[in-house]
Amino acid sequence: MSKPLKQIHLAAHFPGVNNTTVWSDPEAGSHIEFSSFAHFARTAERAKFDFLFLAEGLRLREQGGRIYDLDVVGRPDTFTVLAALAAVTEHLGLTGTINSTFNEPYEVARQFASLDHLSGGRAAWNVVTSWDAFTGENFRRGGFLPQEERYSRAKEFLATANELFDSWDGGEIVADQETGVFLRDAKAGAFVHTGQHFDIEGRFNVPRSPQGRPVVFQAGDSDEGREFAAAGADAIFSRYASPDAGRAFYTDVKNRLAKYGRREDQLLILPAASFILGDTDEEAEELAHDVRRQQVSGATALKHLEFVWNRDLSSYDPDGPLPDIDPDISDTHISKGRAQVRMYRDPLATAREWRELAAARNWSIRDLVIETGNRQNFIGSPETVARTVNDYVQSDAADGFILVPHITPTGLDPFADKVVPLLQERGVFRTDYAGTTLRDHLGLEALS
Amino acid sequence: MHLAVALDGTGWHPASWREPVARPREVFTAGYWADLVAEAERGLLDFVTIEDGLGPQSSHFLDPDERTDQVRGRLDAVLVAARIAPLTRHIGIVPTVVATHTEPFHISKAIATLDYVSSGRAGLRVQITARPNEAAHFGRRTIPRIEAYDSPDTQEAVTELFDEAADYVEVVRRLWDSWEDDAEIRDVATGRFIDRDKLHYIDFEGRHFSVKGPSITPRPPQGQPIVTVLAHDTVPYRLVARQADIGYVTPHDTDQARAIVAEIRAEQRAAGRADEPLHVFGDLVVFLDDDPAEAVARRERLDALAGEPYTSDAPIFTGTPNQLADLLQELAAAGLTGFRLRPGVVGHDLPAITRGLVPELQRRDAFRRAYEAETLRGLLGLPRPANRYAAVATATV
Ligand SMILES: Cc1cc2nc3c(=O)[nH]c(=O)nc-3n(C[C@H](O)[C@H](O)[C@H](O)COP(=O)(O)O)c2cc1C
Repeated sequence: MSKPLKQIHLAAHFPGVNNTTVWSDPEAGSHIEFSSFAHFARTAERAKFDFLFLAEGLRLREQGGRIYDLDVVGRPDTFTVLAALAAVTEHLGLTGTINSTFNEPYEVARQFASLDHLSGGRAAWNVVTSWDAFTGENFRRGGFLPQEERYSRAKEFLATANELFDSWDGGEIVADQETGVFLRDAKAGAFVHTGQHFDIEGRFNVPRSPQGRPVVFQAGDSDEGREFAAAGADAIFSRYASPDAGRAFYTDVKNRLAKYGRREDQLLILPAASFILGDTDEEAEELAHDVRRQQVSGATALKHLEFVWNRDLSSYDPDGPLPDIDPDISDTHISKGRAQVRMYRDPLATAREWRELAAARNWSIRDLVIETGNRQNFIGSPETVARTVNDYVQSDAADGFILVPHITPTGLDPFADKVVPLLQERGVFRTDYAGTTLRDHLGLEALS
Repeated sequence: MHLAVALDGTGWHPASWREPVARPREVFTAGYWADLVAEAERGLLDFVTIEDGLGPQSSHFLDPDERTDQVRGRLDAVLVAARIAPLTRHIGIVPTVVATHTEPFHISKAIATLDYVSSGRAGLRVQITARPNEAAHFGRRTIPRIEAYDSPDTQEAVTELFDEAADYVEVVRRLWDSWEDDAEIRDVATGRFIDRDKLHYIDFEGRHFSVKGPSITPRPPQGQPIVTVLAHDTVPYRLVARQADIGYVTPHDTDQARAIVAEIRAEQRAAGRADEPLHVFGDLVVFLDDDPAEAVARRERLDALAGEPYTSDAPIFTGTPNQLADLLQELAAAGLTGFRLRPGVVGHDLPAITRGLVPELQRRDAFRRAYEAETLRGLLGLPRPANRYAAVATATV
């Protein structure tokens, strides 16, 4: 046992638009007012978290051709809200999910470089690769990108943005009022990029930012996505928070680094994780049970079944048995704008499996969705949760977690107040920020 | 009278950064912008605008230059606006947005969010760019080089860019209305978070792009944040008349001011907006000192440093705050409803506006003595607009 204790990384995911968020709870506040974001960010910073995380969706979800109305709907613009949060925090990293398909490198690079300047070096970019025509209907060029090309555009997008970030080396601004030299180099910001997706040249107009480049996250799970992360990301936002799946993912991705000449500590694995705290483990279990039933109403259960069945199931009783008809496996999807749809690659097999499972356990539709759906990752007393979080990290299931509370905006407070001090006592989480930039918090090397 | 200041780097004179009061090394920090906007708010100004562009500043109208003796580089104006919004309480914040290469969907939610983070004090200044080098930064289209300003080709190209900008603003505005104000219902009985009948597809189809909607961001606090446009000619006046809440114009005397206001009002009637409030603000670059000779000497000193006399699309005023108050009142009598002042040297001329001009106007009962409203719309005397889709819904019941 000579292995030194790993330091845990913790981040806070502002609850987004899915059924993790319990909006019906009397404590639930606004998902859109700035005061909610400010409260959430201040809690994360009070607890010395590494960063705040925002997801993104660029088209409202639909089911059966109508806007999905059961979950929280509506979110602010990522860059704008992160810049505003930079005004009410001092240390907290600010991570925004920004898609590489419906944006252009010059504009996104300007926005991230600006955010990094305005936050004193706290910006991070979670590069995602949505490509579908459904989302594309909101943009000038429409849904132009075939699925196979999304990572080739993402890769070139990131490479191009990096060329723009690097087009200033940091020493160009002299601003000597006596001699009248503002710029040392008349060509500061000059770039030329020629490639498959972008053919651009000119001058980038934001000087080098405190971190040089934003920290880069990746969130895709395919083989291509993992390679993209291994080649150029600083961290992965993953969906594998359980010990076994987490370790398998961790090993897989870290093993991919060597061929890009990178070390294992240059890519952090940070899964999304939800939690339920109680005074005792039993109390937490009971609470978790209640929260799950709030997260999955009868109506929500039917809608979730529709992701697999791809049929209108509104005439079914959520407290009754699963449908005995088979899923519709045609290409048109009843549910649009949902990642889950792609998760069920063989709907007929999933339906068969679920029917058998439900029959064997005597589960209704709602029971099945609750039992097979996303369970809370950490449930228990603060002691139990602190111990489990630490065990997962020390056993390389993750390098830390991006916590998603189920209540906005106060859901993070109990974790900050009760679990973080226990992690600090164990010496596995910082008691104060050691550096000023997000790169510092994450233990990543500064760019030269 | 309404008053705004236009913030750009260390000021509008290209040598402004050489002045001892300038803070040229800080223009890329949040603290710099926070200080400027705090000063503008102390002066009870209606709003600040923040300049921007999709390429480096240049001393040429259409092409980049390779000068090293002027401020080059700037931060994204929407992000600067968002960064200072939580630090202020009353003043409006109006960043510049370039319509030519950006997505109306992104900008609509960005300005809506600026309205949320400022509790109803957001606007935007929409701008086109005809610079070929900026088009090359995006690589999606080429913009033909403008060779002669009054050639038919140029007129056509510019008209097209402004028509596209008009569509752009139309999309932005429809997206702001794509959620009715009371769309979020949190109806526990039925399990519905929203009433989806109060969300609307905008189904915009235009010559340059189409956008489906609805927005991902709910309708902002002001309903419609303030849309502003700088305009020098008939084509842009038409954009002002069709889509703006405020047009900035650059008349050099009161006769010209009267003529421009008349032209914009006629365009406004032609656009079917005669009954809607539309401000026409005069834009002026200002060099202010208590002694008029001092202001002249300062401008000459700056011109000498720059190596050439300063010129501008807007009239340049050099004199005392009292003289400026006289001029503004004259121009107001010609039909201008407010002014956007561009400080020659921001560190000097902004405080001269807030501590010299404003008290003088107050003495003349021509300017507010306290902020009288919570939102930018309120400050400008503009009502909160009804939602176009809600109106349609009730009309068809
Ligand atoms: C944990 C996780 C979170 C994600 N969050 C987002 C998001 O907020 N917005 C988005 O557009 N895509 C998001 N994605 C989608 C991915 O970026 C990617 O586009 C998608 O997974 C398809 O790529 P893949 O085939 O490599 O998985 C997320 C994916 C994962 C695994």
